[in-house]
Amino acid sequence: MTRPLQVTIRINGSDYTREVEPRLLLSDFIRHEAGLTGTHVGCEHGVCGACTIRLDGAPVRSCLVFAVQAQGHDVRTVESLGEPGSLSVLQQAFRDAHGLQCGYCTPGILMTVSAFLEENADPSEEAVRHALSGNLCRCTGYQGIVDAVLLAARRMRGA
Amino acid sequence: MKPAPFDWHAPDSVAEALALKAQHGEAARFLAGGQSLVPAMNFRVSQPAVLVDLNRVGLEAIEAGTDGSLTIGAMARYVAIERHAGAAGSHPILTEALREVAHPQIRNRGTLGGNLSHADPASEMPAVMLALNARLRLRSARGMREVAAADFFVGPLTTALAADEMLEAIHLPALPARTGTAWLEIARRRGDYAMMGVAAVISRDAAGRCIGARIACCSAGPTPMAAPLAAAALVGTMLSDADLDAAAEAVRKEVAPTGSVQASPAYQRHLAGVIAQRALLMARERAA
Repeated sequence: MTRPLQVTIRINGSDYTREVEPRLLLSDFIRHEAGLTGTHVGCEHGVCGACTIRLDGAPVRSCLVFAVQAQGHDVRTVESLGEPGSLSVLQQAFRDAHGLQCGYCTPGILMTVSAFLEENADPSEEAVRHALSGNLCRCTGYQGIVDAVLLAARRMRGA
Repeated sequence: MKPAPFDWHAPDSVAEALALKAQHGEAARFLAGGQSLVPAMNFRVSQPAVLVDLNRVGLEAIEAGTDGSLTIGAMARYVAIERHAGAAGSHPILTEALREVAHPQIRNRGTLGGNLSHADPASEMPAVMLALNARLRLRSARGMREVAAADFFVGPLTTALAADEMLEAIHLPALPARTGTAWLEIARRRGDYAMMGVAAVISRDAAGRCIGARIACCSAGPTPMAAPLAAAALVGTMLSDADLDAAAEAVRKEVAPTGSVQASPAYQRHLAGVIAQRALLMARERAA
């Protein structure tokens, strides 16, 4: 049997202290221990991108990190972006450009793109498609998502 | 919970990590970036009783030598290598190939040392290491030894690492003047495993004659596959189109692809010739 360990993980600026087994994935800590269900879980082997969060700013698969490894690091989830009534520019662009249908992949995509746009203020469509390559969407055919990212970039530049 | 239970150790030093691995032997696995091991654990294909987490031991430095060589700590993350100006200058094939490794989210976490220790023959970096004639520094509590990349990969997911050893650093010798490099691969979708990938390294003298060549392929056999006969055939030539075509044909014969659901061995072999020819053309142009 594995020793449960007490960990404190900072998610969206709040500390969550829990006793967990080392095998608990960060994705499951976020959803089941912290109750932040905006982060979705799809394939659980790093392919689909639904569980993408930002770890110390960098988008990573939360299903490929153990929760105990996140102690001392800064975790950001989709809940940090905005909320109903006060969506972020990125979220509003997804709404306006039909960047989602069922919405299951959307939280992961938003976390990927939020980091991408911080480093690429005026990306080409090709660069956007490359950035999205690690996030699977089975509804949209991606065109709406690409449009949404380009729209968000334009709005963030004030263009 | 997906993975089977395990005990987790996150030592602060290499010495502690090695002591733990020596203590637990084959029952323990080192955890680097986790981008291959954790999926295997989530599927319970891999069920180590003990994980020795290397994420707190350091080994992340990337050092450009004054002679044009490059030494990469085993825990350097892909993203750090991809963005390292010195690496892009001294060994641009690294940057070129890394762009094809999985996706940005994986490269933010994955490490070169973890990837090489995993030794997936379909992965890009093992082939690139062969083409760059990398020297791998292995360390255990017993001491340190250095092995050539060609001697490190011994089979699918199998390396020369002993049960108590870790890969500590990767040393890439300087590329000679007038050396051109290229990485090319074909995958069904961006970020998927390549059906075939080719690393080409070509050096010329001042008159344009080829004085050295190295070619290595991924998804081409049980290990990353060098194509020494093809490379040797280039040396001494003026690298005409016909010379490159002949070398590409030799690559096609030298690889030993085993096929996958996406590509038959015959198709992979065909791709090896096509991509090798294109990669050699690119490397020749860059060897100005």
